[in-house]
Amino acid sequence: MYVAVKGGERAIDNAHAWLAEERRGDTSIAELSIEQIREQLSLAVNRVMAEGSLYDPDLAALAIKQSRGDLIEAIFLIRAYRTTLPRFGSSEPVKTEDMACDRRISATFKDAPGGQVLGPTFDYTHRLLDFKLAAESDPQADAETAKPRREPIPHIMEFLNTEGLIQTEIACEDTPPDLTREPMELPSNRALRLQSLARGDEGFVLGMAYSTQRGYARNHAFVGELRIGAVPVEMEIPELGFAIEIGEMTLTECETVNQFQGSKTEPPQFTRGYGLVFGQSERKAISVALVDRALRWKELGESDSGAAAQDEEFVLSHCDNIQATGFLEHIKLPHYVDFQSELELVRKLRREAAETYPMQEAAE
Amino acid sequence: MNKENPRQAWMSLLAKAPTHSLEDKMTAVGPEPEFKWLRHPELGGVMVQGRAGSTGGRFNIGEMTVTRCALQLASGEVGHAVVQGRSKSKARHAALVDALMQTPRANSLKAQVLDPLMTEMATSRDARAAKAAATKVDFFTMVRGED
Repeated sequence: MYVAVKGGERAIDNAHAWLAEERRGDTSIAELSIEQIREQLSLAVNRVMAEGSLYDPDLAALAIKQSRGDLIEAIFLIRAYRTTLPRFGSSEPVKTEDMACDRRISATFKDAPGGQVLGPTFDYTHRLLDFKLAAESDPQADAETAKPRREPIPHIMEFLNTEGLIQTEIACEDTPPDLTREPMELPSNRALRLQSLARGDEGFVLGMAYSTQRGYARNHAFVGELRIGAVPVEMEIPELGFAIEIGEMTLTECETVNQFQGSKTEPPQFTRGYGLVFGQSERKAISVALVDRALRWKELGESDSGAAAQDEEFVLSHCDNIQATGFLEHIKLPHYVDFQSELELVRKLRREAAETYPMQEAAE
Repeated sequence: MNKENPRQAWMSLLAKAPTHSLEDKMTAVGPEPEFKWLRHPELGGVMVQGRAGSTGGRFNIGEMTVTRCALQLASGEVGHAVVQGRSKSKARHAALVDALMQTPRANSLKAQVLDPLMTEMATSRDARAAKAAATKVDFFTMVRGED
């Protein structure tokens, strides 16, 4: 049977016009500017940059405005925009040891060289609603200051490393795989997993990480170090024959220290999980580090406990919220023809059943 | 970064400079010199890499927006720019400074544009570092009354 495939243009146009009006909300209330979103909803902006996989705070703020605050919709807009950009090249690996740290804490060493720097954190707040913020007048909150420190803050893991107590990360200059250029192939490798998790859905990665803490894949993690701050991004400019810094970005880095039994070939030592994410996104960075560690079971000679967090096919195929929402939401779009065939089929089956078991149907 | 090459240093500074700040300083410098485009300002993305465990194998974190261009002054010097963000005027200004820094006007450009930019950026970096320093934890040990 032929089902109408055209029509609805006027309804669609009108729906979009209404969407625009609803987005604006009550016009007696001042309109949000991109700058206001960028400056005052910066953690939402950071999430959209991380999962949109494009570092540009103004674009992320615009996407949040356009999507009425639906962050997955905003991430979708950023992903779509990202595909239109010509790729100029790849940067040198960022040197997080040179980070100008806003925050740097360790859960494993109280007296870590460089100190515990809390930064602008929600930790230790009482999670009570602050009604002062609801008041019209904006109290100018001035942060306290102290003598700025310029000395580099070394990575805490390096201290364990010098003693051989933790597994060494061996530098490797191989060009990493890029899942924005080539479809993901499984089994993957750590580089691909770290890219996939860095842009993965915060909620999904958090849930996976939490499952490892509750015992699905045993790798009890300590946050060896968490740092947030600005790092320069360097790139080789072929026309000039030297590298320059092409910009600066805020990153969150989490390194975990995990238990390891040792093996026939290696003495007992700690192992690592790692997460590096755009912006100030520490929940995400910690989650990535836990899931990264869980997915390394094979390389570290551990057994597969059958946990979801150890199954890279499961984790990597489902952590992308744009893929997920695309497939999920498409089922609300017209499926009239598909459904028509299902309908015909079920009617036919009922007819056949009625012919085969006429008494039973009568009994019902 | 290691700034043995002064051109690396000024190009890096220009790439990271706030767009409006660079623009203000260029306006103060006076009318733009004559130039022709070798490469019109073009928006693009650069894939940013990290290292697993901060020292291990490379991996891709995500992209950043950049704008690049190249131009040539009437006097022959070629200026390049690759700057963060999506401002074509920022790229043009950065490439102009890069070209002019290779001319006899270098000293005045340094004094009017590069040095003030560097000071401004250092001030804002220090302001953040000062706030971070105030949140550094000072532990103290409680006297527990044991012998």
